Amino acid sequence: MKYKILKVFILFFFLTTKSFGLVSVDITRGNLDPLPLAVSNFYLDENLTDNIKKLQLEVKIPELIENNLSRSGLFFALEKKSFIQKPEVAHNRPRFEDWSFIKAQVLVTGKVSLEKDGRVKVEFKLWDIVSATELSALAFYTASDNWRRVSHIISDKIYERLTGEKGYFDSRIIYVSETGPKVDRKKRLAVMDQDGYGIKYLTLGNELVLTPRFSPTSQNVTYMSYFKNLPRVYLLNIETGIQDLVGDFPGMTFAPRFSSDGKKIIMSFAQEGNSDIYTMDIKTRVVERLTDHPSIDTSPSYSPDGSYITFNSDRSGFQQIYTMKSDGANVKRISFGEGLYGTPVWSPRGDLIAFTKLYKNKFYIGVMRSDGSGERLLTENYYQEAPSWAPNGRVLIFYRETASDSGGRGGGAKLWSIDLTGYNERLIQTPTDASDPSWSGLLSEKQKN
Amino acid sequence: MLLNNLSKVILVLIVTLFLGACATKQQATTATATATATATTAPTDDAYTGTETVKYLADGISDRIFFATNKSDLTSAATATLAKQSTYLKANPTLNVVLEGHADERGTREYNLALGERRATAAKNYLISNGVAANRIKVISYGKEKPANPASNVLAWSQNRRTVTVKTN
Repeated sequence: MKYKILKVFILFFFLTTKSFGLVSVDITRGNLDPLPLAVSNFYLDENLTDNIKKLQLEVKIPELIENNLSRSGLFFALEKKSFIQKPEVAHNRPRFEDWSFIKAQVLVTGKVSLEKDGRVKVEFKLWDIVSATELSALAFYTASDNWRRVSHIISDKIYERLTGEKGYFDSRIIYVSETGPKVDRKKRLAVMDQDGYGIKYLTLGNELVLTPRFSPTSQNVTYMSYFKNLPRVYLLNIETGIQDLVGDFPGMTFAPRFSSDGKKIIMSFAQEGNSDIYTMDIKTRVVERLTDHPSIDTSPSYSPDGSYITFNSDRSGFQQIYTMKSDGANVKRISFGEGLYGTPVWSPRGDLIAFTKLYKNKFYIGVMRSDGSGERLLTENYYQEAPSWAPNGRVLIFYRETASDSGGRGGGAKLWSIDLTGYNERLIQTPTDASDPSWSGLLSEKQKN
Repeated sequence: MLLNNLSKVILVLIVTLFLGACATKQQATTATATATATATTAPTDDAYTGTETVKYLADGISDRIFFATNKSDLTSAATATLAKQSTYLKANPTLNVVLEGHADERGTREYNLALGERRATAAKNYLISNGVAANRIKVISYGKEKPANPASNVLAWSQNRRTVTVKTN
């Protein structure tokens, strides 16, 4: 009891500091009132070699940080033209009134220097202009060509310091790149940083590939391929390129997804017109059947603690969303709104399930609580589906298709993201058409497997 | 660290409250309401009956059958076609076939893969019941991946909800 009182006290104390003390960002309201942010150019230490100077890290790093934070919709980046102080002065100790004059509430400064071992040291400081204090200061050591990664990590640190939640910038997205006419679409697996840079194609496009999903804990990807005309689920390590068939099934396996600890793959197996849900333990290769129902059971997704599964079934006669325990017990329908529901996917925070809804010939991306209550539709369009959560559970990525004309021209798929709040909808640029996106976990928290 | 965790709890609470506040409107509460609504969004009589996109296994024997939206039931036109196909297959006992099941583009990718498999299996079971040996027939589902008509309109979608019988030798 005493413990509880103490907890409540701390909670109040914390809330108070949050609201009246340092600057903070209310992330529940999307981009309604983004925080004015100044990202100063970094300053370069004299000791840098010409080769590193050529990279222009003093401009590129702050630019990337600014892009990340602006795209989150929570920050509004002020124009560098209005900045008065030199990067070096600002980084050592800014004159807060100068920044306050241009209406900045937070300031990011930094410095790039060379270490004796040849690595680059990137320092950054985050300043609260309103209360004239330093909020955080960190340094990272890295090879100079790894500057993007460091910039993403710095972006996450800033986001975390200002919102109180983990960021999602140091992460990647795997998707299906699409080219060619609709009747003969060429599909390839592609992976890129969450901001669209560094695209790598992982398959050649000789066979149809669908629905890649990132492991939340490693560089493993599970996806479906029509290799040798046998539609099956595969497991691929994108670092080593080593690939494996998942299970030994006498028919189509599809709709794969990892458990949140990355140790199991859950998927559907179709046989004799009936699709049921199975899991395979990646290490032991033991396969377990979870549903046994004559309806279509597919699109399974684990809860983050692994104790529940949400999935799609048409056992009521139409596509609806269900939950069950991880052993297949307690199957419960949770979607009761009008229309059809598909592709449920459990938030990494555990509280919400994102889904696709088809109603009156329109497609929606929405979220509901895991008991089916509180349904909220975030976006409506001609066609869109397959949401995937950012590692912090704040943003969803999905794909949207446009209609083709009567000659079959003009239709295409692109990746989009939207905040949990329904605000800040953004196109994610890709060089080709793109579908079936899946967000990785935070890279800095991975490599456990 | 403790503060950090607490802040998370607080934010989750705030988010939950916020979401709760704006959620009530769109929520339908009874299963009955759902049943009537879904019934109107999924017409049962929209299977294609024409011959556009159709190819032929042999003279007068169409290679494909069509389905209504979200359905895998065989229409009377479909069983008539499958009956002819089974006669043809029994007359050519060395022929093997693969039944390719397809869906239209107005559905989620994974569900459509399952639906394509269900449609192809419906056709396979009909051929078997008409005396074609099971080991001569394979099924594969392409979901919505290989439309016969790439247009985005009602006609194209009806032509794409199909199972196609393809000779493999």
